[in-house]
Amino acid sequence: MATTAEGFDTPDHGHTDAHAHDADHKPGFFARWFMSTNHKDIGTLYLIFAIIAGLVGGALSGIMRMELAEPGIQYLGWYVNMMGGEPSFEANLHAWNVIITAHGLIMVFFMVMPAMIGGFGNWFVPLMIGAPDMAFPRMNNISFWLTVAGFFSLCFSLFVPGGAGGLGAGVGWTVYAPLSTSGSVGPAVDFAIFSLHLAGAGSILGATNFITTIFNMRAPGMTLHKMPLFVWSVLVTAFLLLLALPVLAAAITMLITDRNFGTTFFDPAGGGDPILYQHLFWFFGHPEVYIMILPGFGMISQIVATFSRKPVFGYLGMAYAMVAIGVVGFIVWAHHMYTVGLDVNTKMYFTAATMVIAVPTGVKIFSWIATMWGGSIEFKSPMVWAFGFIFLFTVGGVTGVYLANGGVDDVVHDTYFVVAHFHYVLSMGAVFSLFAAFYYWFPKMSGKMHSEFLAHLHFWGFFIGVNVIFFPQHFLGWQGMPRRYPDYADAFAYWNSWSSLGYTIMAASMVVFFVNLAYAYIAGKKAEGNYWGEGATTLEWTLSSPPPFHQFETLPVIEDHHDYHDHSTSKA
Amino acid sequence: MIFSNSPKRAPRLATTLWAAFLLAFAPQAAFAQDAAEAPVAEVSATETTVAATDAASTEVAAESGYTPLGPEHIKGAPTDKGWNVQDQYSPIGHQANKLHWGLIWFMAIISAFVLGLLLWVIIRYNKRANPTPSKTTHNTLIEVIWTVVPVLILVGIAIPSIGLLAKQYETPPEDAVTVKAIGYQWYWGYEYPDNGGFEVVSNMLDEQAAAAAGEPHQLAVDKRMVVPVNTPIRLQTTAADVIHSFAVPSLWFKLDAVPGRINEKLLYIEEPGIYYGQCSELCGIKHGYMPIAVEALPRDQWEAWVRTQPGGTVEGDATADASEGEADGAAPAETEADTAAPAAAE
Repeated sequence: MATTAEGFDTPDHGHTDAHAHDADHKPGFFARWFMSTNHKDIGTLYLIFAIIAGLVGGALSGIMRMELAEPGIQYLGWYVNMMGGEPSFEANLHAWNVIITAHGLIMVFFMVMPAMIGGFGNWFVPLMIGAPDMAFPRMNNISFWLTVAGFFSLCFSLFVPGGAGGLGAGVGWTVYAPLSTSGSVGPAVDFAIFSLHLAGAGSILGATNFITTIFNMRAPGMTLHKMPLFVWSVLVTAFLLLLALPVLAAAITMLITDRNFGTTFFDPAGGGDPILYQHLFWFFGHPEVYIMILPGFGMISQIVATFSRKPVFGYLGMAYAMVAIGVVGFIVWAHHMYTVGLDVNTKMYFTAATMVIAVPTGVKIFSWIATMWGGSIEFKSPMVWAFGFIFLFTVGGVTGVYLANGGVDDVVHDTYFVVAHFHYVLSMGAVFSLFAAFYYWFPKMSGKMHSEFLAHLHFWGFFIGVNVIFFPQHFLGWQGMPRRYPDYADAFAYWNSWSSLGYTIMAASMVVFFVNLAYAYIAGKKAEGNYWGEGATTLEWTLSSPPPFHQFETLPVIEDHHDYHDHSTSKA
Repeated sequence: MIFSNSPKRAPRLATTLWAAFLLAFAPQAAFAQDAAEAPVAEVSATETTVAATDAASTEVAAESGYTPLGPEHIKGAPTDKGWNVQDQYSPIGHQANKLHWGLIWFMAIISAFVLGLLLWVIIRYNKRANPTPSKTTHNTLIEVIWTVVPVLILVGIAIPSIGLLAKQYETPPEDAVTVKAIGYQWYWGYEYPDNGGFEVVSNMLDEQAAAAAGEPHQLAVDKRMVVPVNTPIRLQTTAADVIHSFAVPSLWFKLDAVPGRINEKLLYIEEPGIYYGQCSELCGIKHGYMPIAVEALPRDQWEAWVRTQPGGTVEGDATADASEGEADGAAPAETEADTAAPAAAE
């Protein structure tokens, strides 16, 4: 029966009678997809949601790159018209701020986080630890729908007045007071804040669910030190979510009361302080960037080991490097605030503390390379994306060390250099790991093989595209072009035109991605249980593709001779 | 660097009182320049109120030797196809630029090293070249090396970095010229509390006007922040509505302007010229339309400019000292501000 791991079953049964068994009995369409309590279905919902949100956020960045392709304001009026507004100089500029705000919020809260944690975390944490489902399946459901509600609230904010005669919240994804309080009249900012409340509540519930699941529902014999690194990464991420998001919730609740109920937490006229908001926001915001990248670290570890056909090098170092990154990630927040007028000692401390993070990150980069060293590498699509990830994340990492220096940062703070840096670690770090994981696990989730050729084509298009977009932005930042500008001096035109050209290459590669998806569902070969071969050794590969609706009704047993890197029993 | 909740009125009031004080006691103070000081202080006391009521419309004709610098004096501006930081015109800028270059090499070498390792692994350990994978999973020595070596590299970066920070936070000397940059939605105001308390309101020139002036659009302004060259400037920032940020890339200078706070930092410009910057904290719809233009002039020309401003005075009107002060800025620290006060108190 396919309800248990194949390796723990008698081989002659196989998965031939999977459909006849209770475990594969699925509820009707509405009950299955709208009232779902199945971790795999919820994971699928999260992934579909993240792809849709990614399309919206990506389209917004397309408008931005179009507008910035040359000096002057050309396309914002068209956007204002499309959204039902009245184009004017002021309305167009407000639209710009709305677009950058929505792009940031959507990509962070509704694309990367749902895909990483909600999507792949939900799908593969229970499978990898040998659990039948998440600890709290109904809470899992509400986590997802809260996220969706948050997305709707944010989308709704785009259509209501947001001050300055325009529609939508134009405050930046950081929602700094007082621009977000006294500086923005109208309900749009309230809806945007409410959107963060909803998404944040969903994430907190999700985080508790993951922590409980990982601590209590591991298969017999799977100690913490035998868990796959992806599960480690989700565990650390869940703790970061649990500790960081309540601080964000508090900060944005204070924004709401400052806006609507006469409090003055962030208003100096009433004894408040705008910088307090920034401290609270970044106390959340810095762990947030590790929330977005840590699951990616876990995915890359699984993929590199699989395609090198070699266990992960320095497993404990890898696991505890993530823990270290998580811990240190909480005490470096003020490097986002180097220019607010920090005390010199404060700035020195945050400079030193921030650089410390480079050490565990370096351990991870070198351990991935050491895993490949001596391996027998197959360049399947997930591995190619993983190679891209390691190199581009390194580039984003070293520019991070550059920015960590408080004194040097003065010249590039709030410029395109920062934009380039965080897109190298997110748009190329987090997103490359997401695509790597997608190609790694898509056949497992769908039961259909994608086209390797199209996946490679997608990789090269995306790799070239994002580099052409973001590498010149380092130059723009050094030259002094500030962030969040819809227009610029002629001297910035050259590199901006390159950047916009890169966007078209990237966008074309995304067409290939969707063609590949369609190909897989229409003409894709049926995926076997373990289609990557002997390098894939974690528990999800012992199941059929797709796995049965309910798996591991008989728990798999991890025995003493199973090391951290091999949970399959085929060779035992 | 927080001094108090924005006392926007206080410096102006203080200057007025100070001028009155000087006026009352000037004859008793034993300084040669006092004769000159008294009448100027009188002007200050009377015209401050005028400046306060109508600071924005101060189109005083430049009758006294001041003419705004033309576009041929532009020094701090982005250049077409430029890829590096702008040329630096301040001591901090030079020091930071060295660290910046060191970091460029650091970034290039680390990235190239990782890329090299990846390429080597691709060539040497692909399936064809190495059909049987090794089973190595640990090597304590190499793990210690790749932990300790990065630590040493980071310490090597941190030492000059901390030094740069210490330098940037040096307190301006007492005789520094104070300029208070106030961010408004969406323009800058530059207040000169030690020079009569007038405020220069600086708006961006539109594209045609900038072209007519021969200056880059999005950077050119109608009235620049005029400061003396080779003189320590105590630049204070604050804001009237939302957070703005005063930034000049060619001076390695960026300081947020936060409502309810006054931030302060030493600014020192080495060469006369025009230095552009742009607001660097999202402040609403015209965030991209409130540039900063700093015009650095030799001390005497700056003083001439100050006198063209309504109520503009040169403190103590120390023209005799000024030529000396120009040479090395901080040196004649005991200027009129210090010495006059105890003298006056007697």
